Amino acid sequence: MSSGRTRTVLEASDIDRVLTRISHEITERAKGASDLVVLGIQTRGVPLAQRIARRIEEFEGQHVPVGALDITMYRDDLRLRPARPLESTQLPDMGIDGRTVVLVDDVLFSGRTVRAALDALGELGRPRIVRLAVLVDRGHRQLPIRADYVGKNLPTSMEESVRVRVREIDGEDLVTLTKSPPKPVGGGDAA
Amino acid sequence: MSDLRTSAHAGSKRTVIRNAKLLGNDLADVVIEGPVIVGVELPGLTDVTDATVIEADGLILLPGFVDLHTHLREPGREDAETVESGTRAAALGGFTAVHAMANTDPVADTAGVVEQVWRLGREAGWCEVRPVGAVTTGLAGKQLAELGAMADSAAQVRVFSDDGKCVDDAVMMRRALEYVKAFDGVIAQHAQEPRLTEGAQMNEGALSGILGLRGWPAVAEEAIIARDVLLAEHVGSRLHVCHVSTAGSVELIRWAKAKGVDVTAEVTPHHLLLTDDLAASYDPHFKVNPPLRSAADVAALRQGLADGTIDAVATDHAPHPVEDKECEWSAAAFGMLGLETAFSVVVESMVNTGLLDWEGVADRMSWRPAAIGLVAGQGRPIEVGEPANLTLVDPNATWTVRASELASRSRNTPYRERQLPGRVISTIFRGRVVVTDSQAVEQSDELVRSSGA
Amino acid sequence: MNKHLLSAGDLSHEDALLILDTAAQLARVADRPVKKLPTLRGRTVVNLFFEDSTRTRISFEAAAKRLSADVINFSAKGSSVSKGESLKDTALTLEAMGADAVVVRHGSSGAPHRLASAGWINASVVNAGDGTHEHPTQALLDAFTLREKLANGQGDLAGKNVTIVGDVLHSRVARSNVLLLDTLNANVTLVAPPTLLPVGVQDWPCSISYDLDAPLGDCDAVMMLRVQGERMNDSYFPTAREYSRRYGLDTRRMSLLPEHSIIMHPGPMNRGMEITADVADSKRSVIVEQVANGVSVRMAVLYLLLGGIPEEGGATNE
Repeated sequence: MSSGRTRTVLEASDIDRVLTRISHEITERAKGASDLVVLGIQTRGVPLAQRIARRIEEFEGQHVPVGALDITMYRDDLRLRPARPLESTQLPDMGIDGRTVVLVDDVLFSGRTVRAALDALGELGRPRIVRLAVLVDRGHRQLPIRADYVGKNLPTSMEESVRVRVREIDGEDLVTLTKSPPKPVGGGDAA
Repeated sequence: MSDLRTSAHAGSKRTVIRNAKLLGNDLADVVIEGPVIVGVELPGLTDVTDATVIEADGLILLPGFVDLHTHLREPGREDAETVESGTRAAALGGFTAVHAMANTDPVADTAGVVEQVWRLGREAGWCEVRPVGAVTTGLAGKQLAELGAMADSAAQVRVFSDDGKCVDDAVMMRRALEYVKAFDGVIAQHAQEPRLTEGAQMNEGALSGILGLRGWPAVAEEAIIARDVLLAEHVGSRLHVCHVSTAGSVELIRWAKAKGVDVTAEVTPHHLLLTDDLAASYDPHFKVNPPLRSAADVAALRQGLADGTIDAVATDHAPHPVEDKECEWSAAAFGMLGLETAFSVVVESMVNTGLLDWEGVADRMSWRPAAIGLVAGQGRPIEVGEPANLTLVDPNATWTVRASELASRSRNTPYRERQLPGRVISTIFRGRVVVTDSQAVEQSDELVRSSGA
Repeated sequence: MNKHLLSAGDLSHEDALLILDTAAQLARVADRPVKKLPTLRGRTVVNLFFEDSTRTRISFEAAAKRLSADVINFSAKGSSVSKGESLKDTALTLEAMGADAVVVRHGSSGAPHRLASAGWINASVVNAGDGTHEHPTQALLDAFTLREKLANGQGDLAGKNVTIVGDVLHSRVARSNVLLLDTLNANVTLVAPPTLLPVGVQDWPCSISYDLDAPLGDCDAVMMLRVQGERMNDSYFPTAREYSRRYGLDTRRMSLLPEHSIIMHPGPMNRGMEITADVADSKRSVIVEQVANGVSVRMAVLYLLLGGIPEEGGATNE
């Protein structure tokens, strides 16, 4: 458990509002929802993607296909740890070819997860456009990657760790910031 | 390791062993001149002028060990062992006599080959070599070898064995048992029914089924022993059973002896200590024929040796070159080294467990094997006038077995890196000190020749 | 999972489920336009086959290639005459070539153990069948197939009754399956004539029956093992005809099976001996699926052995 000071960055109601705003931003830019596919990056990106897709469906009145993307096999840091268990990749039936894919993740950090997701996506089909939506952008990019839609910009130091909890997996919605060196395990601390 | 115990006096023909415990009992000084014991005295009374002195406090003096079952590999497989290297290893193990098995190349089935082996033994000078003659020519089981010629030869063969193979034909075994009565010979049977053990790799039991290695069932040994003791009884012959390995075999021999059958039996040190679960590593250093068996078999063998049902410890020293043991199990050769570790293994399995005292060790490793092989001059009491074939041991020493440090040409010991109790300190063969401080003492040709046959 | 896969008995319940769950994910790769994952790019997998087996070798080859590994096929006909030259020297050559994993099939029980423990190579060793000892990936693909068909592709095989029929004595597939199915909590019954059951089988975690008809009414899956006709020359059974009459799976026996039961065979089949053509080609037979599942399962094994650094000790993951 974290030994430093922990503060709450986003509470449940904040998260709800942020997701609603992101959903509007997505449809504003895409001018509707007609060729959208929302894909959550495992693990916590998946329920977030589902919530975004449901919101878009509500205010556009149109079905939005949603899916999950497991990027384990595309990670660039596999050789640093024992082999990780895989999670599932599930694409909607019509696939992603020629569509606008919105990748959803909980935290954007070094950018490596998103790079892996782009590689994975490339082998699953050929989207026309790929956009990225994240709940929290904590800075410290190691690759030239940026998010199109950001829930909260959160400047952090390397001694801090961001932890995202989502209702569907962790029983509550909460984003916290803790002052202590980041550990390899834990919720949503994306590499 | 003990301090240097021997102070040699150059040119001396007199050796005095001081303060040794004879057979683990009384303390004495033993005086040797030439090949003979000339004095056994209370300690402290001996004159040591001009003598080589061996300080033996804390050590036990036993009659030199006699091995009924060794493979010296020469002629034919000198890459694995020679008479010289094998007898050197024997001397380090405390043996003053070894019986060299006949499965050489060419097979020792003629007077010529047995005399060659006998002569090589004399020239090497480490211990007495008693060649064993094959029962059938080429070990093929079809025709009796010239047993009489071998018995009459300079090698004076008295023990005959097709070891490596079983004399499985009942008629052949009967004839052999009958024939050797003429010169007081004995047939030493390698009991293994060939059809029940075709392609066998390890003991047949729960483990062989799990490991996928073809089994060698105990009944293949016991069925032959049962037949042979009845044959020996019927024709009135002596029978010796090699490397008994199962509880059932011990029971059969006990039953036969109780009936008055003239049967003797030997057990290897490894069958007194090691069990078949070592095969689970698939390391062929544990592959041997007959195979390592179960813990219950080991317990029965120990009991059998303790109560005398089994007469002797015989090493079945079986050297094999590295490549024959460094491969997959089924391609590996059967056999383990044994000469240099035999005494220690007996200490661990029989003495330290309270099953055998030092007189018992003398009996099973010297007196009885010498009697079975009719080896004159070996297995004698430690008394004035007797030949000086003696082994001095430290019961409390321990040592770690390092394959590369063994004197044998081969390295296939199952005790690699294992610590064993008891150490042979000194071996005296016909009055010559051939091993001192657990090291071999190089002998000059002159010295070897002078000590006679 | 530790560094090698030598025996199904080495896998804990957790290890086994991890492999099966991973295989389930990897099975989807077959449906993609690009049937490849980059995960083992730059790693070298050597197929070291001392016994002919096109089927298993191709399966491992496909598995390695789908993970972008380089595959080298080494077909060595090792004979007992060449002894150490076959195994040790071959191993040293592979080590010099930088093999990361060696998939070995050998006619001698324990050969993969020797490779893994003799200190000749640093690679991970995968046992693809050693003598009459084990064939762990076969058991894994069998378990995967059973799980897909009988348990919705999830969890273990608790409460499932599996009957394995045939030459158990000489079968590495039987040994691996008994061990793995027990780990996955299935109930196994072995059916064979007494001559084809090993000494000590009564202590294995399964039941025994000399009668094939008896367990069929209650079983969820029947696994037929290949039986060689030549065994009759060594008197394991009197004639091939008597064997198939007493222990062959024919249409009559198939009708004794519950509706949902499946029929499996590790291949290659001896049609007419242990299984009739009708049964092999029936709708209940999942023999073809077993083969497809073999690739996914082997991908999972290679990924878990090579996809990260080796674990210390047991099965835990982060």
